[in-house]
Amino acid sequence: MRQFIERHTFWAIVILLAIAVLLWLIFAVWPEWLVDFAGRKKTFVNTLLNGLTLGGLYFLVASGFTLIFGLMRNVNLAHGSMYLLGAYIGYEVAEASGSWFLGLAVAFVAVAISGVALQTLVFRRMEGDDLRQTLVTIAISIIAADLMLAVWTGTTYQFSPPEWLFGAAELPVVSVIRSSGDAVYIKYPVYRLTVLGVAVAVGIALWLFLNRTRIGMMIRAGVNDRDMLAASGVNVPLVFALVFGIGAGLAGFAGVVGGTALSIAPGEDVRYLLASLIVVIVGGLGSITGAAVGALIIGLAEQFGLAYFPTYGVVLTFLIMVVVLAVRPQGIMGGRR
Amino acid sequence: MAGRNWFSGDSPLSGIHPAQWLVALFFLAYPAFASDFFTYQIGAYSLILGTISLSLMMLAGYGGMVSLAQMTVAGLAGYLVAILGDNSVGVMGLGWPWWLTVVTAILSAALFSAFIGAISVRTEGIYTIMITLAIAVAFFYFVRQNYALFNGFTGFAGVEPPTLFGVYWRDPVPFYYLVLAVAAFFLWAVFYIARSTFGLGLQAIRDNPRRMHALGYHVPFHRIVAYFLSGIIAGTAGVLMVWFNGRISPGSVGVDVVIDILVIAVVGGMRHPVGPFLGAIGFVLLENFAIDLIDRERFNTVIGLAFLLVVLFSPDGLLGIWNRLKARFRAGRRARPDRERANDPEPASTGSFTNQ
Repeated sequence: MRQFIERHTFWAIVILLAIAVLLWLIFAVWPEWLVDFAGRKKTFVNTLLNGLTLGGLYFLVASGFTLIFGLMRNVNLAHGSMYLLGAYIGYEVAEASGSWFLGLAVAFVAVAISGVALQTLVFRRMEGDDLRQTLVTIAISIIAADLMLAVWTGTTYQFSPPEWLFGAAELPVVSVIRSSGDAVYIKYPVYRLTVLGVAVAVGIALWLFLNRTRIGMMIRAGVNDRDMLAASGVNVPLVFALVFGIGAGLAGFAGVVGGTALSIAPGEDVRYLLASLIVVIVGGLGSITGAAVGALIIGLAEQFGLAYFPTYGVVLTFLIMVVVLAVRPQGIMGGRR
Repeated sequence: MAGRNWFSGDSPLSGIHPAQWLVALFFLAYPAFASDFFTYQIGAYSLILGTISLSLMMLAGYGGMVSLAQMTVAGLAGYLVAILGDNSVGVMGLGWPWWLTVVTAILSAALFSAFIGAISVRTEGIYTIMITLAIAVAFFYFVRQNYALFNGFTGFAGVEPPTLFGVYWRDPVPFYYLVLAVAAFFLWAVFYIARSTFGLGLQAIRDNPRRMHALGYHVPFHRIVAYFLSGIIAGTAGVLMVWFNGRISPGSVGVDVVIDILVIAVVGGMRHPVGPFLGAIGFVLLENFAIDLIDRERFNTVIGLAFLLVVLFSPDGLLGIWNRLKARFRAGRRARPDRERANDPEPASTGSFTNQ
């Protein structure tokens, strides 16, 4: 931190100023001219929160994607299908047992198992041949999408999460002061704030797992030099299977979390695959921090695009990707390979 | 090395094999014995899909760049024909003369393709798939949301080819010959490009970009030009596609269609320009007649399984199977195992991207 300030004093000042302006925008009561210029404050804060929670959801999906790539150099284009599969499985279990949390757990485990199966049965057969692996994942995603359509049809499903996750919380943020002098506080759904919290928790857990545990150390070593790791006596295929399991499991987990926040329907797999792709392209392939940064940027861009210029929202996301690729082809947090 | 003997040893134009004459004759005489349905829905449609896949084959086979945005490029050309020319929806339809519309559509598609190339060529290998897939999906969502220009979810209908020389070009037989001529021209063009200095440079860049860079070649520019040329092919096929269907909507550039093009190219074989056409014919036949084998609804499962099997067991597609059978047959007859090895194309023909 200190080093950064010493080395890039100018940028440090710019970032601090930006944070100050943002905090002011959130907590201050907006003056007339700003409301005329940028619309109501409520829209802004809600969009900001929507963007943050969507970013959290994207992080959950993309972290598994980037984890798998980081270790195995394998772009798993069936990741979106795993998201959708997790959502459906979670829904079925939650409906049958009546417990949303059981659904969440089963979705994680079931999709993790499918990921391990995929790794051991398919990818191990063609190690080192990245293009073929990618093509196989495309084939699997086609088949999976079609079979899921056959089983669960085209209906939209809606989770019913526990009672206490429903409803809205009043945030300590004033939206407007009424003429009577009462302050109107901004309300926001509890569930969405929970999504954000879960994403942060998962991010911290992943960081601790990768940086503070023995297995995490092996994974990081595998990212840097797979052959050396094998030579030092680690069972690399086992590590691969484990990482694939965790990555896929996270997608299934995100399926339930995201399916509850929005809904489950065919086509969601493509949406979240696109999100993961853009998030990791922007953030840097193979980096968990990059996935967090990318998810935040894309989530915010998507929601602000949707709120302030609806039909061109996709273009904004796309432009961000193009600019990042032009300036920093390896992604914001990506190291040079 | 094995990839080059297609082009350097026996020139495909000077010493045409009798079998090739037969195939050409078959395609020319096809409408004479095929019904209208077979001429139009099977023949013309496979040739159009084959041409779009050919543009992917050119990029992937010679340039090592697997772009998933080829259908998007074709789709843009199709949309431009509907926007600049006439359509029956009442949105846009500027009513330009057909030749101007077609030329503008194809050139815009080629420039769009070059733009996609410019975005993706700075990164290597696997990134290309991801970036082009992201572009394709983003384009799909964009045309679906944008009503002012692309008429959103409904898209355009009533797009007609011009009536020229007293021929209505959407009648099955004239349309078939139009598509055949375009496909044959681009097949020849890809052969020609592959043997030109540019094409050889492109193939050398595919095999070792670093060395080519050291030799003084401008690697990104070479690749962008390849994208531009493939954009011309895909754009022309896109114009034919919109004439064929008479309509275009976001579904025409959806993810499943984008991936179908990849499936066609991979199943056919990406080492030879004929591969995509082979794949397209198989694909269209399966699409039309899988209904007799299984439920029509599960077509995607069938095509996915076919794709999976090909990727797992014959990475160079149907052409690879054919070549291997031929090699085995020859080796058996002459009992010269060393010859078999010489004829066998590299096993990892779709290629690994790591160049180190």
